[in-house]
Amino acid sequence: MKNHRRPFRNVPRLFLLLLGALAVAGLGGCTSASLVRVQPWERGTLADYLMRPDRDPLATAAAEHVYFSRESATGGRGVGGSGCGCN
Amino acid sequence: MLALVAAPYVRAEVKTGESFPPLAAAGLRGALPATAGKIVLVDFWASWCAPCKASFPAYAKVHGDYAARGLVIVAVSIDEKAPDYDRFVKKLAPPFATLLDADQKLVRQVVVPTMPTSYLIGRDGRVRFVHAGWHDDTERELRKEIEILLAEKN
Repeated sequence: MKNHRRPFRNVPRLFLLLLGALAVAGLGGCTSASLVRVQPWERGTLADYLMRPDRDPLATAAAEHVYFSRESATGGRGVGGSGCGCN
Repeated sequence: MLALVAAPYVRAEVKTGESFPPLAAAGLRGALPATAGKIVLVDFWASWCAPCKASFPAYAKVHGDYAARGLVIVAVSIDEKAPDYDRFVKKLAPPFATLLDADQKLVRQVVVPTMPTSYLIGRDGRVRFVHAGWHDDTERELRKEIEILLAEKN
């Protein structure tokens, strides 16, 4: 019969507990409580024209050209169709 | 732990049946119309909010139809930049009262769920109906609700 030994048996229990507590505290940062939520009345800046990715027609046209000529992805930025030519 | 996770979702929104914060004490910029004994429609809007813009012509029609019967529309802008507010009001020239909540004091008190949100308040000062957002059928629903409130004695 095989002798199953407890993993980390040489590590002090107190150290493991401390490590566990630190992990829980660290994961606490992933909870929704720690997220910054933009309230509906705080979205003025986000709604600004300068926040639009397509605010510069020339830059948009250039990017579209790159999508089309280099990546063969016509409409890859939101137009219907996948660039496969099947639509 | 549960409280920690749920904390952001526990919001003190003003809901149906609750008293609406007094408008006179909110420090709004603009002339507040007399609301005592009237049915009040408080609408939170902003110049950067497209559905808010779409709602204004409908509110103008509602105002025209119900103002004489005891409805007061108070459109509260939450714009942080007063010139944006001024430009919007000048352009649309609404026939109802528009006020500016420049410090966003009232909107933080009310905790609107989205923009725009309107609160239909009965003569007793309690919120009777809440409309989050502006949709195709919002005007029709509002008219139905206003009729209900107008039919009530007090």
